[in-house]
Amino acid sequence: MRPDSARLADLAGQWRSAYIHIPFCARVCPYCDFAVVAGQDDLVQRYHRAVISEIEMSDEWGPLDAVFIGGGTPSRLPPELAGSMIEALDSKFGLASDVEISMEANPEDINATSSSAFSKAGVSRLSMGVQSFDDVVLRELGRQHTSDQAQNAVAAAQAVFPRVSIDLIYGHPVETNLSWEQTLDLTLALGIDHVSAYSLTVELGTPLSRAVTNGYPAPDDDVQADRWERAAERLEERFVRYEVSNYATEQPCRYNLATWAQGEYEAFGLGAHGHRGGIRTRNLRRIDRYMEAVESGKRPLAGETVVSGWDREQERLMLGLRRAAGVITGPGGRRVLELHPEFVKAGIVKEENGRIVVVRTLLTDTIIREVLTMPPPE
Amino acid sequence: MSDRIRNLSIIAHIDHGKSTLADRLMEYTGAVTEREMREQLLDTMDLERERGITIKAQSVRLSYEADDGQEYQINLIDTPGHVDFSYEVSRSLAACDGAVLLVDAAQGAQAQTLANAYLAIEAGLEIVPVINKIDLPSADPAAAAAEIAAILGGDPDDVLGVSAKTGQGIKELLDRIVKQIPQPSGDPEAPLRALVFDSYFDTFRGVVCSIRVVDGRIRKGEQVLFMATGDKHAANELAVSTPRIIPITELSAGEVGLLITGVKHIDQIRVGDTVTLVANPATEPLEGYDEPKPMVFSGLFPSDGDDFERLREALEKLQLNDASLVWEPETSRALGFGFRVGFLGLLHMEIVRERLEREYNLDLVSTAPSVAYRVTLTDRSVMEIRSPQDLPDLSSVVELEEPYVRAMIIAPSEYIGTIMELVQSRRGSMHHMQYLTPERVELIYELPLAEVVFDFFDHLKSRTRGYASLDYEPVGYRVSDLVKVDILLAGMPVDAFSTITHRAKAVMYGKGMVETLRELIPRQLFDVPIQAAIGSHIISRETVKARRKDVLAKCYGGDISRKRKLLEKQKEGKKRMKMVGAVEVPQEAFVAALRVDTSDR
Ligand SMILES: Nc1nc2c(ncn2[C@@H]2O[C@H](COP(=O)(O)OP(=O)(O)O)[C@@H](O)[C@H]2O)c(=O)[nH]1
Ligand SMILES: C[S@@+](CC[C@H](N)C(=O)[O-])C[C@H]1O[C@@H](n2cnc3c(N)ncnc32)[C@H](O)[C@@H]1O
Ligand code: SF4
Ligand SMILES: [Mg+2]
Repeated sequence: MRPDSARLADLAGQWRSAYIHIPFCARVCPYCDFAVVAGQDDLVQRYHRAVISEIEMSDEWGPLDAVFIGGGTPSRLPPELAGSMIEALDSKFGLASDVEISMEANPEDINATSSSAFSKAGVSRLSMGVQSFDDVVLRELGRQHTSDQAQNAVAAAQAVFPRVSIDLIYGHPVETNLSWEQTLDLTLALGIDHVSAYSLTVELGTPLSRAVTNGYPAPDDDVQADRWERAAERLEERFVRYEVSNYATEQPCRYNLATWAQGEYEAFGLGAHGHRGGIRTRNLRRIDRYMEAVESGKRPLAGETVVSGWDREQERLMLGLRRAAGVITGPGGRRVLELHPEFVKAGIVKEENGRIVVVRTLLTDTIIREVLTMPPPE
Repeated sequence: MSDRIRNLSIIAHIDHGKSTLADRLMEYTGAVTEREMREQLLDTMDLERERGITIKAQSVRLSYEADDGQEYQINLIDTPGHVDFSYEVSRSLAACDGAVLLVDAAQGAQAQTLANAYLAIEAGLEIVPVINKIDLPSADPAAAAAEIAAILGGDPDDVLGVSAKTGQGIKELLDRIVKQIPQPSGDPEAPLRALVFDSYFDTFRGVVCSIRVVDGRIRKGEQVLFMATGDKHAANELAVSTPRIIPITELSAGEVGLLITGVKHIDQIRVGDTVTLVANPATEPLEGYDEPKPMVFSGLFPSDGDDFERLREALEKLQLNDASLVWEPETSRALGFGFRVGFLGLLHMEIVRERLEREYNLDLVSTAPSVAYRVTLTDRSVMEIRSPQDLPDLSSVVELEEPYVRAMIIAPSEYIGTIMELVQSRRGSMHHMQYLTPERVELIYELPLAEVVFDFFDHLKSRTRGYASLDYEPVGYRVSDLVKVDILLAGMPVDAFSTITHRAKAVMYGKGMVETLRELIPRQLFDVPIQAAIGSHIISRETVKARRKDVLAKCYGGDISRKRKLLEKQKEGKKRMKMVGAVEVPQEAFVAALRVDTSDR
């Protein structure tokens, strides 16, 4: 099946997944607004025990088709700790025979030794935060690694992992067309099987956002549009784009595909978000509160939202429309087409084989905004 | 009895301390206890308190035991200082026998000091000059006194210095009021004649009239006749404000108080009317006032067309307390049904709009304000144009006229050059210049109102580092070479963007407007050309390029609700947009003209 196949996209909704969040980072990058902590590596062991307890106190379910260990920087974990978390998932839920276990890694942590250790621990797919192969961009992004280090790390990972992905960030004001072109060239030359290419987003409350407020140049929408188009064009030489920012040779990231199909997942760790039985949950975002809650035998929930009825239908479209395969039209899709014929007329979306597909990918949120605020049919 | 009454106003330039002085006077005479005292007590409207300005004049009765052992009744009328509300000043003055002219010791005489002093002189009032804020380290009471003496005549040494902040000089001021301001002159035995000098709407009492009894007396329960309207009502209640409302049974010649007749609609009462008794009517009414004339007009449209009726009701309610507010229905192709509303000035406009939105929970779109033009048609008929949309085809127009004002500017003399430049760029001409002191000068110009009302004062202040003050009054219409500039969005003229401007400024205006709109109008799914035109002649053009990218890079792992909220919020923001044809236009674009600066050149 192609990565952008509609059957695969829909099937992913049946999968059962688990997400584990590892918040530790060497330093916090200025653009990042994930749940992260820096300089608190002394908490790693205690945090690891808390995650194991959280897994143990969850309800019976499974077996798991996909696991995603994300961050923060999971590659900062001693590999045996990653291994024991995977084991805990296995004994609680069971792992399907074809389970995909992805883990995020920063290039500076990855070499031959660490790669084989993580592989032995059970990780089957590595997703590396390369961001760019241009040292100027890397420095401006506040990254800890160089382009050479990233290339070596990817090579080391490839020697061990059958599937390696890299993350790229484009559209930083110091990046040039040429620099992006070279990053794409190197990406194509690596022989990896997956790429995520994100436009740099200025997230509120980050040091980058404050810098922009104080006059640091903001990323330009038109430049980012150019770069997205260029990436789509170049990467299609080897990959298939199956979502706004994601490309694969054969297999998409299973966990991500499941989330876009409105699938269910258990979530563990600081700030982690889960989705089970029509309820979306979110964990505490402060590490001390999180650990204290789990240690006193409580679930570390910060809140939960029931998503049902029309809300759920709107959400199904919001997620599904990001995919190249689009989404089964359904009542929500019919409603958009009915309320906004202009989107079809302007060639932004199309309906085909009972699915709605966004044709002008860069305008996806223009559609989704309407989807999220459209009233249900009478 | 009336020999122990003093009726006066405090008049001053804005921020020279009128309201604060009123506070001190009330405190000193025990009208309010210290516990009740809060700053600028008479500024009761929320907006007044927030902005620290007085909009509505308030009157209060004080009693003061003077050194002669006699108890005096002092009726104090606090007045607004902003030029938009100067008609309130004249109204108040008509109920007074004297005025305290207050001048900030650090700032000296300013434009409204003079303007108000002239109003008081014209009204034949006795003026007690007072220098305020003598506690300030930067105070220069001697210089301020010299300026006052130059304006009013008299000896600078006789000018009293006070501090409304510390209370210094308050007793001396009360003594001067008693001594210098004449007692009211009316005849207590003549038939009743009372001047309605203000009115306001109170939810519980209905319309409350502030009256000054000139002749005769009025008792609670008597039948009264409003001489101008011919309406008869019962004097259901009489009261005085101390500033608590205290019911009384009688008001007699010379006194100021409140009359409540059970009238529910403010437009049934005409400010300036004379109240007399049905039983024993006076023959001649007192001299009334001119109705305040609106100077600027702006379209007010509900963002949500369904709110049209609510807007009408809200305007009606606001008018209960603001007789200067006038409006007529207006229809715009771009904005739907709304009203063309007349205001005394920009501050008045802002205040009304803010009150409508806040107190009546309306979401409004307003269009760029304009002045009223006069058009003479080929058939010799004359019409007044309050909205650029109403300008008839120029082929049927013989003559266009625009309103002019006489502007008084007081500034340090070093700024004469720069002020001159500004005035010339605003099509003004010098009328008169006079040195108040060797350092400060009074300049009188004539300018088109349209060049003054909008941002003239801001420019004046920035060119003079805040040292210039401004006051102006209308002087009638002058023939002018005016043109209408239309703005086209995606090829369609948008009526709400049209403006009338002088031909010499049309291109600069059109360019400025097109540029401002290009910045304000967000990118759409298609290119949006923006053009300015005089008739069919395009004078400027820009394009808002089609939106190319509108998508978040990441879907935040499993955090779906966050992205959802973000997009929903962005959609909320879009609700504040108006659809003009197929183009989404943010509401602030409709007042974009206010941002266009045409003063240079
Ligand atoms: N230092 C000082 N400040 C004063 C005095 N009188 C008024 N003010 C301040 O001047 C400002 C304007 O006063 P306000 O009474 O609102 O002026 P109005 O606009 O004339 O009514 C306020 O901040 C007052 O606190 C005074 O005698 N001394
Ligand atoms: C959850 S992060 C963690 C990955 C890993 N710690 C790293 O930084 O390499 C996953 C990816 O999100 C992307 N990302 C994070 N913040 C971003 C931002 N503000 N704009 C665009 N992409 C961002 C980066 O490509 C990053 O690799
Ligand atoms: S971008 Fe990655 S490494 Fe940087 S702070 Fe965020 S999670 Fe940590
Ligand atoms: Mg005041």
